[in-house]
Amino acid sequence: MNELRVDNLHVTIGDQQIVRGLSLAVPPGEVHAIMGPNGSGKSTLAKVVAGHPDYHVTKGKITMDGADILGMEADERARKGLFLAFQYPSEIPGVTIANFLRAALQARLPEGEELEATDYYAKLYEKMELLGMDRSFTSRSVNEGFSGGEKKRTEILQLAMLQPKYAILDETDSGLDIDALKVVARGVNMMRGPGLGILLITHYQRLLNYIVPDHVHVMVAGRIVRSGGKELALELEERGYDWARESAGEMAVTR
Amino acid sequence: MKPETKAVDIDRNVGDFHYKIDYARDAGRGLSEKTVHFISEVKEDPDWVREFRLRGLKTFLEKPLPTHWASKDLETIDFDKIRYYLAPGTTAKRNWEEVPEDIKRTFERLGIPEQERKFLAGVEAQFDSEAVYSNIKKAVGEQGVIFVGSTEGLKKHPEIFRKWFGKVIPIGDNKFSALNSAVFSGGSFIYVPPGVKVKHPLQAYFRINAESFGQFERTLIIADEGSEVTYMEGCTAPKFETATLHSAVVELVALKGAKIQYITVQNWSSNVFNLVTKRGLAHDDAEIKWIDCNIGSRLTMKYPGVVLKGRKSRGEVLSIALANNGQHQDTGAKMIHAADETTSNIISKSISIGTGRATYRGLVHVPKHLKNCKNNTECDALLINATSRTDTYPAITVRGTGNAVQHEASVSQVSAEQIFYMQQRGLTEAQAMSLSVNGFVNDLVRQFPMEYSVELKRLIELEMEGSVG
Repeated sequence: MNELRVDNLHVTIGDQQIVRGLSLAVPPGEVHAIMGPNGSGKSTLAKVVAGHPDYHVTKGKITMDGADILGMEADERARKGLFLAFQYPSEIPGVTIANFLRAALQARLPEGEELEATDYYAKLYEKMELLGMDRSFTSRSVNEGFSGGEKKRTEILQLAMLQPKYAILDETDSGLDIDALKVVARGVNMMRGPGLGILLITHYQRLLNYIVPDHVHVMVAGRIVRSGGKELALELEERGYDWARESAGEMAVTR
Repeated sequence: MKPETKAVDIDRNVGDFHYKIDYARDAGRGLSEKTVHFISEVKEDPDWVREFRLRGLKTFLEKPLPTHWASKDLETIDFDKIRYYLAPGTTAKRNWEEVPEDIKRTFERLGIPEQERKFLAGVEAQFDSEAVYSNIKKAVGEQGVIFVGSTEGLKKHPEIFRKWFGKVIPIGDNKFSALNSAVFSGGSFIYVPPGVKVKHPLQAYFRINAESFGQFERTLIIADEGSEVTYMEGCTAPKFETATLHSAVVELVALKGAKIQYITVQNWSSNVFNLVTKRGLAHDDAEIKWIDCNIGSRLTMKYPGVVLKGRKSRGEVLSIALANNGQHQDTGAKMIHAADETTSNIISKSISIGTGRATYRGLVHVPKHLKNCKNNTECDALLINATSRTDTYPAITVRGTGNAVQHEASVSQVSAEQIFYMQQRGLTEAQAMSLSVNGFVNDLVRQFPMEYSVELKRLIELEMEGSVG
């Protein structure tokens, strides 16, 4: 079945259990939002799905269009069509955005095949324009000396260029002022469509005013405690996470 | 299978192969006066050269190894096991057709004749002890530019050769310059007449083919007043179980207003001890620039220097060192200011991978009586693994007023998060590493000639591929 699917996932880092039996399915064409308080395991979930080597999956499954991806390295998952927009994107000194994206696209081509440079630049400039980015950006080193807004915009530019099947956006709204938030949201909305499944991770309801989700899940203490439509986000905003915690039962009390 | 193909060992490393060659001239193992006389006989040295060699031998035997400050690893070199002179017994040819087949094949695999056609003004190819090919484009030769091997240079152009030979780097400069003085063979002699600007680079390629061998080329470049020349050298050797020694001496002389750019991209196999002395002498308004890329070898000790003898002369060292598992790159620069208004610039970048160790050793000397001298030194180190090591030993002596010196150093590490970030974009771990490393050296590589920056990028990729799982 075509979807990004997480089944009964349990994750530890060191001896600490962070995700405790989480299940979720994001089909292409849908936007799912995961909301939750700090420390609920949202970012861990994002990294584990992307294949971060520090986390240990003790139980459960992650599949992409039916294929088990848990045994794959992060780069293999990426080439299969998984994208993670990072909450804190890394700086890569000396490597320009243009060269970095070119290398990333080249890595997706069969051996011996060369990326067509003119097509590449045409596409890059087109996407940058849509995101309101100046062309001079391409010759800057990836994320080096970028403002919070520039970093997030660069993440969305990469998303637009790499055209994955599934994208996880980890706290893409954090550190953005309202104008930057609108630009980023516009970029994401442009890419919405039947070919892309989006998992949107956020602490605040604010982002969901601009990227309206199809489904909302509330994550507390490593599990999804409540799922619903977009109105759930508003309800959560009104009642606060304590309400979600209470409904999650005693296992959430420790958090 | 034909016997000629059987003798070839191919590895994925570009330079790691060797052919069986019949050496008509072989000085045997070990070093004594007999060895020196053998070399002098074979090369038909003039008397003054034979005497120079014997002085070199004496000094070499007297001097201790510089292990007190550098590396105990030098003590593992067994000078009695090394072969100091090996040559096929033919002279350097002017066209590739005449070069013996096995040797020609070697250079063809390394791509030298192809590069020559594409962008070089002249090429010299040295195989073990002697040049087997040496040619300069007709137009360049007609301008009066001399580009020959050292043996030919000292015989045919003694009036220029003798004037400068051993003057920039005296025999007793260090133990290895003395060793080179005793047994030197091969290397280039270049003279550029006043005002002549050689547009395309002259290239030398140094190839070690034999096991337990020592290569001791000697290069002397003289750029006469107002002339300009770029010289590039490349080097490779097959990977043997036993140690190989490469100990060159390179002397540059830039007369008034002349410019010399000397570029090295070495790619030694990990059994090579690379102990090289390189120094230039810059007269009034002259400029000497060393671009030095050290990849491979077991231990490299090399500190290209410029003696800024003339007023307003400039010296520059741009260097990149990549120390992979088990390797030690002990490199740096020396800038000796000896006149007013002289400027020097040192930019050094090193990368340590696995258990690799990179050491920067710099010397900047500005005496008290000088005025308006400037030095800028930047050294940046990149560590790939937790086991990688880097050390910096800058020795800066700047006395007097009105002289300016600036020194910056940084150490950074490729973080696991950075690699994960790049892997998430679809790059393999090795691709991510090599992109990081290329990014780290990028601003420096941009100053290199195009052909060499491409070559360097490729070498870095090969190194990173080999170092990751």
